[in-house]
Amino acid sequence: MASAGRIKRKFRELRARGEAALIPFIVAGDPDMDTTRRLVLELEARGADLIELGVPFSDPMADGPANQRALARGLGAGASLAAILSMVSELRAQTQIPIILFGYFNPIFHYGCERLCADAARAGIDGILTVDLPPEEAGELKRPAHANGLDIIYLLAPTTPIDRSRAIARSASGFLYYVSVTGVTGARAHLDAELGEHMRELRSVTDLPIGVGFGISTPEQAAEVATMADAVVVGSAISLLIEAYAKSGDAAAAVGGLVGAMKDAMNSARRGERPPGLGNSDG
Amino acid sequence: MQNVPDSRGHFGQFGGKYVAETLMPSLFELESAYKQARRDPKFRDELEQRSREFVGRPTPLYLCENLTARLGGAKIYLKREDLCHTGAHKVNNTLGQALLAVRMNKSRITAETGAGQHGVATATMAALFRRECEVFMGSVDVERQSLNVFRMKLLGAKVTPVEGGSKSLKDAMNEALRDWIATVRNTYYLIGTTAGPHPYPMIVRDFQSVIGREARRQVLKHEGRLPDVLVACVNGGSNAIGLFYPFIKDTSVRMIGVEAAGLGISGPHHAATITTGSVGVLHGNKTYLLQDELGQIRETHSIAAGLDYPGVGPEHSWLKDVGRAEYTSVTDAEALDALKTLSETEGIIPALESAHAVAHAIKLAPQLPKEQIMIVNLSGRGDKDMQTVARALGVTV
Repeated sequence: MASAGRIKRKFRELRARGEAALIPFIVAGDPDMDTTRRLVLELEARGADLIELGVPFSDPMADGPANQRALARGLGAGASLAAILSMVSELRAQTQIPIILFGYFNPIFHYGCERLCADAARAGIDGILTVDLPPEEAGELKRPAHANGLDIIYLLAPTTPIDRSRAIARSASGFLYYVSVTGVTGARAHLDAELGEHMRELRSVTDLPIGVGFGISTPEQAAEVATMADAVVVGSAISLLIEAYAKSGDAAAAVGGLVGAMKDAMNSARRGERPPGLGNSDG
Repeated sequence: MQNVPDSRGHFGQFGGKYVAETLMPSLFELESAYKQARRDPKFRDELEQRSREFVGRPTPLYLCENLTARLGGAKIYLKREDLCHTGAHKVNNTLGQALLAVRMNKSRITAETGAGQHGVATATMAALFRRECEVFMGSVDVERQSLNVFRMKLLGAKVTPVEGGSKSLKDAMNEALRDWIATVRNTYYLIGTTAGPHPYPMIVRDFQSVIGREARRQVLKHEGRLPDVLVACVNGGSNAIGLFYPFIKDTSVRMIGVEAAGLGISGPHHAATITTGSVGVLHGNKTYLLQDELGQIRETHSIAAGLDYPGVGPEHSWLKDVGRAEYTSVTDAEALDALKTLSETEGIIPALESAHAVAHAIKLAPQLPKEQIMIVNLSGRGDKDMQTVARALGVTV
């Protein structure tokens, strides 16, 4: 059985410490399963609070080029759901960091929603985020997920009307994931100027923690978002680093460096400090 | 028969709206705009008038006397969608949806395309209605279908080659969806077949149903009775559903969809989704798919570039499961033979896609009594395929 509420406990602890959560997204099997295993432990040591494990899919229609290539590498390395669950199960001897499966619905549907939720909970997964499964279609996954103590994480977008956000929030658990750009995943030079306003609006309809992702790639951006949201998700920037370092073999150290710098910047921003060297942000 | 889709876009267990949240509000907006348009006599009049004057409808229902005599069985009629402007049935849908885009005030129209027929039909409408147009096309298809790429550019569209995945139609659709996620506020995404998230499968079906409505009226006029069999090629399935839908409640009419068996369905090189696939979720809907044991989408093959999508419209999946329609497949070689046969006997060169329907008709007609009537949807003309056909026949042109 998964330890029900690992996500909830983590946000409670962070809130008590006045911190925002840093959630790295890494594609399982990018470039191989062993690297993914080492990355999870390394990123936790460098300050990651939750981990989103990308489940490879052949047709990732909401992902930009960096994550498309990462997902293709994961697919090539044989990162099936079964292989991912088995890896997480082994990792649970070493870490209790909350782990969320992040992917598209077809591999899950093909595995079987009931069977997946039971196996995922047993392996130590805490939540599932399925990009192409809006609440309208989520019933067949949600029932077994809740029966097994797994959170279903829903996306909210800049195009989501506030009444719909309220309805989605009511059926959500764990946290809400706000997509910060009207677009696919991938690094952006600038954050949406209206992000703060969207956050204030969302706060008025939910008490759940709100994470922000899509487009955040630098410590400066992470710090800025940390002052507005409960969690910061970074994905494509990590996929690009893994790609760049895959051959030299020290991807874990490089990604660890980025994650460490992001978490430091986020903590400083939350304390109201202006960390040295971050004064030249062009945002 | 129950009316489908239901209010949430489901055809039994199939269909639905499996998309990223960013697109959900736009799908609701599209659905509501479409429902209003459908009730608006002005919209219906304009669609009717432009169908007549720009597309060239109604298309003939043509009795193939030579082919019928040669096969010695059921009477074979062709519904001549190949005579539509731009050379295929695709334009029925792009006209309807472009009128919707204008009504919704969208300044930009995008499309995915495989063989390029839908891309050309979309670019045509964008030119007519003075909209910006971008067509996504797998880079392999850009290479294979260079003539259609040139046509689209001539019509003022931007053609964007897609390098991801297998670089063909499914990848073009991924990229069109990615583009739409980023541009949804000013862009109308004009899907070319009865696939994608609700309400697209319903909208495309409705605009293509003009094929079956005309055919039904025409056969009643010529023969004084309903046909016994309808035959159409199926991939996404828009020409087939367009022919079938107005006959769905006429339960005496057999409806047969013909998929691409490529090099044979015993191997991996085919696109026979309904006949050999399993249920899954791709591009916004639940339907039969060609996928591996882990739910990853498989690569496909067909000699007809417009038949190599690894999915199928959800309404076809439903028609199969409730037993209202039958689905079968024919190989590349059979389709090529049929193309030659129809050319020689009737003086009509069909598109390779449509040749699949003709191939099945040629197999089936001799087994049926002479009193029976068969309508084959000739969804497109063959000009675009002459390079491919010549190559397959070992001829240099």
